[in-house]
Amino acid sequence: MSEPLAHPATRPLTAERSAGRLARQWPWLVALAVAVLVPWLFYNWTAGRHSGFMVAMLSQMGIMIIFALSYNMQMGQAGLLSFGHAVFLGLGGYVTAHTLTAIKGGSLWLPLELTPVVGGLGGLAFAIVFGYFATKQRATAFAMITLGIGELVTACALMFQTFFGGEGGVSTNRMTGHSLFGLAYAAPVQVYYLIVAWTAIAVALMLLLTRTPIGRMANACRDNFERAQFVGYDPRMVRFVQFSLSGFFAGIAGALYTLTYEIVTYDTVGGAMSANALLMTYIGGVGAFAGPVIGAVLIVLLQSWVSLLSNSWLVYAGVLFILMVTFAPGGIAGLVMAHQPIARAGRLGRLIGPYLRLIGPSLLVAVGFVLVVELCSFLTIGAAQGKSLTLSGITVDPRSLAPWLSAAVLLVGGGLWLRHEARHFGQAWTTVTEEIKAQGSRP
Amino acid sequence: MLDRLNRIVSTLLAIALVLTAAPAHAQGTIKIMYTDPLSGPFAQVGDQNLQQFKYIIDYINGRGGALGRKFELVSFDNKSQPSEALLALKAATDQNIPVIMQCSGSNIAAALIEGVDKHNERNPDNRIVYVNCGAVATELTNEKCSYWHFRMDAHVGMKAETMVRALPKDVTKVYLLNQDYLFGQSVQRDVKTFLGKLRPDVKVVGDELIPLGKVKDFSPYITKIKASGAQALLTGNWGPDMTLLIKAGMDAGLDIRYYTMYAHLGGGATAIGPAGNGKVRSVMSFHENIAVETGKTDTEGWTKQFRSTHDFDFYAAGFRTIFEFLQAAMNKAGSADPVKFSAALEGLTITDMLGHQVTMRKADHQILSEYFVGVFTKGVKYDSEKTGLGWRTETTVLPKDLDQPNTCNMKRPTS
Amino acid sequence: MEVLIVSLLNGLVYGMLLFMLASGLTLIFSMMGVLNFAHASMYMLGAYFAYSISRVIGFWPALVIAPALCGLLGAIIEMYALRRVHKNGHIAELLFTFGLAFIIEKGVQMAWGLLPVPYRVPAVLDHPLFRIYGSNFHAYRGFMLLISALMFVAIWLLLTRTRIGLVIQAALTHPDMVGALGHNVPRVFTIVFAGGSVLAGLAGVIGGNFLVTEPSMAITMGPIVFVVVVFGGLGSLAGCFIASLIMGLVQTFAVVVDVSFADLLARVGLHVTSATPLAEFLTIPLPRVGALLPYLMLILVLLVKPRGLMGTRDT
Repeated sequence: MSEPLAHPATRPLTAERSAGRLARQWPWLVALAVAVLVPWLFYNWTAGRHSGFMVAMLSQMGIMIIFALSYNMQMGQAGLLSFGHAVFLGLGGYVTAHTLTAIKGGSLWLPLELTPVVGGLGGLAFAIVFGYFATKQRATAFAMITLGIGELVTACALMFQTFFGGEGGVSTNRMTGHSLFGLAYAAPVQVYYLIVAWTAIAVALMLLLTRTPIGRMANACRDNFERAQFVGYDPRMVRFVQFSLSGFFAGIAGALYTLTYEIVTYDTVGGAMSANALLMTYIGGVGAFAGPVIGAVLIVLLQSWVSLLSNSWLVYAGVLFILMVTFAPGGIAGLVMAHQPIARAGRLGRLIGPYLRLIGPSLLVAVGFVLVVELCSFLTIGAAQGKSLTLSGITVDPRSLAPWLSAAVLLVGGGLWLRHEARHFGQAWTTVTEEIKAQGSRP
Repeated sequence: MLDRLNRIVSTLLAIALVLTAAPAHAQGTIKIMYTDPLSGPFAQVGDQNLQQFKYIIDYINGRGGALGRKFELVSFDNKSQPSEALLALKAATDQNIPVIMQCSGSNIAAALIEGVDKHNERNPDNRIVYVNCGAVATELTNEKCSYWHFRMDAHVGMKAETMVRALPKDVTKVYLLNQDYLFGQSVQRDVKTFLGKLRPDVKVVGDELIPLGKVKDFSPYITKIKASGAQALLTGNWGPDMTLLIKAGMDAGLDIRYYTMYAHLGGGATAIGPAGNGKVRSVMSFHENIAVETGKTDTEGWTKQFRSTHDFDFYAAGFRTIFEFLQAAMNKAGSADPVKFSAALEGLTITDMLGHQVTMRKADHQILSEYFVGVFTKGVKYDSEKTGLGWRTETTVLPKDLDQPNTCNMKRPTS
Repeated sequence: MEVLIVSLLNGLVYGMLLFMLASGLTLIFSMMGVLNFAHASMYMLGAYFAYSISRVIGFWPALVIAPALCGLLGAIIEMYALRRVHKNGHIAELLFTFGLAFIIEKGVQMAWGLLPVPYRVPAVLDHPLFRIYGSNFHAYRGFMLLISALMFVAIWLLLTRTRIGLVIQAALTHPDMVGALGHNVPRVFTIVFAGGSVLAGLAGVIGGNFLVTEPSMAITMGPIVFVVVVFGGLGSLAGCFIASLIMGLVQTFAVVVDVSFADLLARVGLHVTSATPLAEFLTIPLPRVGALLPYLMLILVLLVKPRGLMGTRDT
């Protein structure tokens, strides 16, 4: 595990770049606009309310975006692989829950809008304590220390009643009656907009952090920590600062979690949540700042949405991970960024045709695969649950031959076709990139 | 090609349906949202419950459902996470589903009680009832009790009392071993309380808490139990923590009585195996041989039919009681509106499938039903999971004997 | 005294079971750098294969065939999938095995159902071997000890006495050098991954009937194996062996030694009451936290020795 974890090209900050910098942030503004508008797509006009499920899922996305970005402060930016990042999300959440209860009880005054700061400080405090030990090491030793910390904190959360509330967790009420804007926060959609605001703040802060000397030094220690040492920085100190700050943002995410669900339980500090951070970050792409954002949205969709449609969602998740790490090690952001030079050369249009040709066979393979998994699942588990497999309103009998046969045909036929098209696509890609290279070398 | 398009469109439609929260048709089925882990390594919990619910609902619908409408189960995988269970709650209220049901995990139950309370308070026009089918922490109907929460299973205190009542006279030394979390700790506390109350002659020679799901080899505990001279081991452990404990005991030849709360659930018989003959006991609401012992031939036939189509025993008599309760309450209230039928459900008494009078206690919404202690043994009519061994009743505790006091201070809705 | 002897035996059995699982992972992890999250899944597959095979032709053939199947599967995975991921770095490999674990888990559920399967100890070994201070020592535990000891010796001989073993050993510490010397490193990787899978499968065959064969057996065994491997140190089979035994013994003895911090403080004249700060923490008896000690020990060891107990290579 001694090699650097990611190699994003960190470009030097020149005057010409900084001028266009603000203009280049337009995707963030678009994302913000989408986030503000999306709940209204799921507004039930007859009942006069938002879809609670949708709003909850969107809130979850906001929380996970902060969480994944804070994780990437360690993994992508400082090259630290952590298996216990959820500890700071969860502890930030617990701190917030106790704070909310204190506010409600009148022993403390704080507007609800500012409670995430408390959660963040909670996360920061614990990150300083744990980080003091963990950042003594790097690479695998660091990873394993965080694994150990994660397991220990989870076990403590189950054992100690006073702070963690044991298995039942700590529940609280977000309607404290104190608000900067006079909002009651009874409706989940109000909390959602608070989350949008805080996500925007946290994202902006984390983005700015990457431009500060600390962020740069973290990159340097990741890429070559001996050289960073020669420059005069203590790599351990850099790791420690980066770790603590990342704990701060995870704590904010935890606070927003508490505001959304009004309960914090031990699984917020657990291994599954930590693994989530890793998955979101990697699938989204460690190399780009926005990568984890994409990853967070995708993984939440997968967990909350695909799991509604199929109990086999873990298989699809597994296949997705395997495909991603095999064919797109840079994550989704990496895939997008690979197109940048082509777009700059104005040749993206040349790839549209080959891309379109890929859609058909990919769909065939995907449908064939889903069919096989669902058929298997229904044959053994689903049949027992007394469900029937219904596709397009037609009930499919998993015991008959026809669906299996068609699945096999889809899978094999689609696979062969996909191989053919993929080869064609590869040729087109190579031609275009070769052309750009040739063009670039011309005076 | 057309078929594929059709499939995609219909999938998208299905997704849109779930998401846009189409209100349930007034004259359609009565939907019940059921949430438990349905995927991942512990999927068997939700899976078995679903199978039994399905069987029961077919039966209840065959007998008219409620208000002339049929019940329909909507399942939602909560992956054992409270936050996902709260998502299930949102999905249910989006569709105006009147009941959310959850069986596994007191932490999830606590989250749901809070969530349902807050939702009903904030949305008076869109209320929902939470039916708890197996989260047993005593506090859920005491300190944490809520008007909207109905617990349809005996709580830890009741199970502990049943366990203590089942201890034979000659057992005077017992060893307690429980999992170190809310549930295990309350088993530990309640068993001790009832030992003090009902069996002051019994001495607790050992009292142990183990980290949940972390211990692989229980033989060191067995060594300690052996050394303590205990005649019975009392445990609330479930899952691997229970089966590994019993297996380790059998291996070491620890010939004492094993009193459990969950050995009768699906997979327990398989994991314990023939070595458990005559040693393992379980506190249970039902086993298939009760009907044989008490001569309830209709019930016997009913579970026999379940056996012929499933690969595990029917253990959830309480689940049938749930739907009989819902059926009776909705019919009595003449409505599937949560506000109305919840009022009818309070204090309701019905006759369950074993012929006992079961009551939904008004004060704390805790069911009062009969409870049994069975021993895992050879020579019974219906064996468990094809092991050749099955359960035989040793002790029966009637509902009136389990009418334990409660500390619930219930706030009823004013409107 | 009697508790001491019995606990020693129990700790030994558990430690050896851990070793069977951890030895394969140590080889894979040390040499390929892959944090193989699917290793415990191979252990689960070994148990399920053994269950199915033993129903048809008995336990003894299963003892050979099931690990072989796991090895074959491991070889296929390495050759056709993991190798492609290798160039994408270690985190990619880690996530690959993560996804693999999901798929294997669901595959097992589909093939064998959600409930535990009745995979039992063979009748020949299902009796007490000897009695010690009134406690039976089960024959199967003796058998486990025997198999794991044999396994240790076999791996040892393989690594030190055969040509491929020497290449593997060299690759453990100096993978680049081995490649430079003209050895087919990818083939060595395949052999190591397959070999590790065989060992995991064997652990499954032995452990599946000793514990319970069910779909959650992989996920509950996963973390502790990592702890053993890292604790023992990368590149060191001996370290792994010692770490396994330490973990087994520590967890066993933690159960028997019934003390808490409060008791220790009472010895020196400080009495903890419910009013004392951190009373909740101080009064927890050791058995309650016994299973957590490995994680605590792991953290402590890594803080002092980042290479682990006997690690020969930087991580």
